[in-house]
Amino acid sequence: MGSTSAENHGTEGVGRRDLIKRSAALGLISVPTMSFLSACASSGGGDNGDKAKAGKKTAKNPLGVNDTAGMEFVLFDGGFGKEYAEDAVKIYEKNFSKAKVKFSATQKIQSTLQPRFNQGTPPDLIDNSGAEQMDMGVLVGKNQLTDLTPLLDAPSYDAPDKKVRDTLRPGIVEMGQFDGEKVWILYYAYTVYGVWYSQKALDSLDEQYPETWDQMLAVCEKAKKKGMAGWTYAGKYPYYLPFSLYPMIGKVGGREVLDAIDNLEPNAWKHPAVKACFDAYYELYKKGYILKGTPGLDHIQSQTAWAQGKALFIPNGSWVENESANVIPKDFDLAVSAPTGLDSSDKMPFGTIWASGGEPFIVPAKAKNAEGGMEQLRIMLSEASSKNFTGKVKSLTAYNGGTDGIALTPGLKSGVAALDKAGENVVNPRIQDWYVQLQKEKIGVSGLGEMMAGRLTPAEAVKRIQGYADEAAKDDSIKHYKHQ
Amino acid sequence: MQHGKYRFIVGFLALPLGLYALFVVWPFIQSIYYSFTDWTGLSPEFKMVGFDNYSRILDDEIFWKSLQHSLLFALLLPVVTISLALFFAFMINVGGRKRRNGPVVSGVRGSSFYKIVYFFPQVLSIAIVALLFAFAYNPDSGAINSILRGVGLDGVQPLWLGDPDLALWAVMAVLVWSTVGFFVVLFSAGMASIPAEMYEAALLDGAGRATTFFRITLPLLWDTVQSGWVYMGILALGAESFAVVQIMTTGPGGPDYSTTVMVLYVYQKAFRDGQAAYATTIGVALLVVTLAFAAVVMRLGRRERLEY
Repeated sequence: MGSTSAENHGTEGVGRRDLIKRSAALGLISVPTMSFLSACASSGGGDNGDKAKAGKKTAKNPLGVNDTAGMEFVLFDGGFGKEYAEDAVKIYEKNFSKAKVKFSATQKIQSTLQPRFNQGTPPDLIDNSGAEQMDMGVLVGKNQLTDLTPLLDAPSYDAPDKKVRDTLRPGIVEMGQFDGEKVWILYYAYTVYGVWYSQKALDSLDEQYPETWDQMLAVCEKAKKKGMAGWTYAGKYPYYLPFSLYPMIGKVGGREVLDAIDNLEPNAWKHPAVKACFDAYYELYKKGYILKGTPGLDHIQSQTAWAQGKALFIPNGSWVENESANVIPKDFDLAVSAPTGLDSSDKMPFGTIWASGGEPFIVPAKAKNAEGGMEQLRIMLSEASSKNFTGKVKSLTAYNGGTDGIALTPGLKSGVAALDKAGENVVNPRIQDWYVQLQKEKIGVSGLGEMMAGRLTPAEAVKRIQGYADEAAKDDSIKHYKHQ
Repeated sequence: MQHGKYRFIVGFLALPLGLYALFVVWPFIQSIYYSFTDWTGLSPEFKMVGFDNYSRILDDEIFWKSLQHSLLFALLLPVVTISLALFFAFMINVGGRKRRNGPVVSGVRGSSFYKIVYFFPQVLSIAIVALLFAFAYNPDSGAINSILRGVGLDGVQPLWLGDPDLALWAVMAVLVWSTVGFFVVLFSAGMASIPAEMYEAALLDGAGRATTFFRITLPLLWDTVQSGWVYMGILALGAESFAVVQIMTTGPGGPDYSTTVMVLYVYQKAFRDGQAAYATTIGVALLVVTLAFAAVVMRLGRRERLEY
């Protein structure tokens, strides 16, 4: 092999293409905006034939991992930390003692990994999460991911007679599919979204969690008299509002309303249930039940104000317990509830909640040791690893169960109870992972955020959001999905 | 010995020019090339799509908003920053009253202290400055609203970064705060090289501060002001505006796209939406805007060089 070969990705020599890449990277210093894109210019070597040879499939090694091949695992170092993954890596190293595992954790998933995808040398397993998450739609569309079906059909780590697929919580497998049967993503964490509050604060008002909107307004009025705001939310990221608003829309109008919204159907947002829920939330603003200054707070600031007892309710996900652990007082008695509905004419019962997978793990198509990546995931989906995760970071995993015998924190316990109460009535709006920009910026910030700050009426907000959804439906630069 | 001269010059220039072509010109060409493709930035595959990206820009509402904001940055920030810096530099170096036994030309009392104070923000990274101000602008517990409350203005509690009408101005104010010190030092250096005799003569003729400034300081400082102007404009269009907008008005660029700027939009398209080719197209547009800005400033600012 000549050292100028484009296929040479090793460290032994600087190839011609590498030189060009580096030159592009250096250009970045002189002209920041123009040339920084070229730094990750697509000068990679295309298909590389140096994939690890498959090992022998045995009962203990059902995926046929090559026990001498190296495995590289890159984790998003976010709200859940990296300890849980390190523990799972140790098990992998024990099982395949001849294999060298390279584990790293970073918050900069995209800036670290985008160039490697372009060069065709991605790691074997990635937790593609956080603010720098790579666009899954693009990765799937450009055939950059490995189908995880072999993993799902492999025997589970604990019980050889059960497939991994059968040990997962409902909805996890479907969330990893885009169109068709193939499963591209495995969500490891399981997030409960809803309205979070302090049971202690609610008790001090002599109130129960409200089930109808009239009760909600009454509770907020009572809180207001005591000098406490009813609600706060991440004003700079108003796309936290849907965590309680979308399941409310589903509860009031039925699942099909949310499905229509996800499918970007014409006039989906014009359904009366949407307007009714918008009106209900707008009422909170009009009656002065929102903490003053909320539209200018980010998620941490709003969570802190809420933990300090300045506001009663906050729409959030189950990560809030870990993320705000240092500001939540010991006797806070954190609890989550399914969103309050309108009244008894709602289509779904009280308890209808949004729960879905979080922390998306992917195995790149060009991974050298895809089997190793999948095996690592299989280890993480064992009961022991799942328990380890739940115990350490106060969140559930995709593994169904695994909460017996560990001391559950108040928020987690309340989350499990809310899931039990919901039973079948779990909704999972996909607009959040299918259309990131539409959901976050357009619906979230420019629609809901403006409405809750009092700068748009609900009718205007509906009209504006419908306009955005129509735009997205027409935009052929983004990939469109439909509920199957 | 004429023909030997060129070989001599070429010999010296070949290496630097080569490096320049490789490290500066080539990335530009590459970027422009990618703007004609459908490259996602997440896979090495792409195909040529002609002018599709450019025609898409025309209907992209957010692009036009970001262009508008970037232009506002480029036009307004240099005016404000440089006027302020000129004023401060003048007061520090020349504007003082004549003191007994002191030099004829001097700054106001405590000028060396002010110089340090003005320059101080410059030693902080822009990321830190942006973070600090993001806290200060917090409408609930931030410093600014607390001060307003403290002086009895309880009714005036703006949302600052949460208000689409204020957010852009709040961000600009931070950029002025953090860059003005650099120009104070730059202009101070320029003023130091203006001969003291000129000021003495002006003073003997009875010129006041304003006359001295407009008749002596500004004309003799013109070259420095002009380069400062271009430099500030490029900062406002590029890196600095990106940092403050990205850090302070997190999310898409402020409520209702009120602070989106072109660089931020380039970044979002490339590294969030997986549309690297479209991002390079916006980058090309930004290049055009920046070059046009520099050309206009150089053209309008051209005047005769004064020798002294």
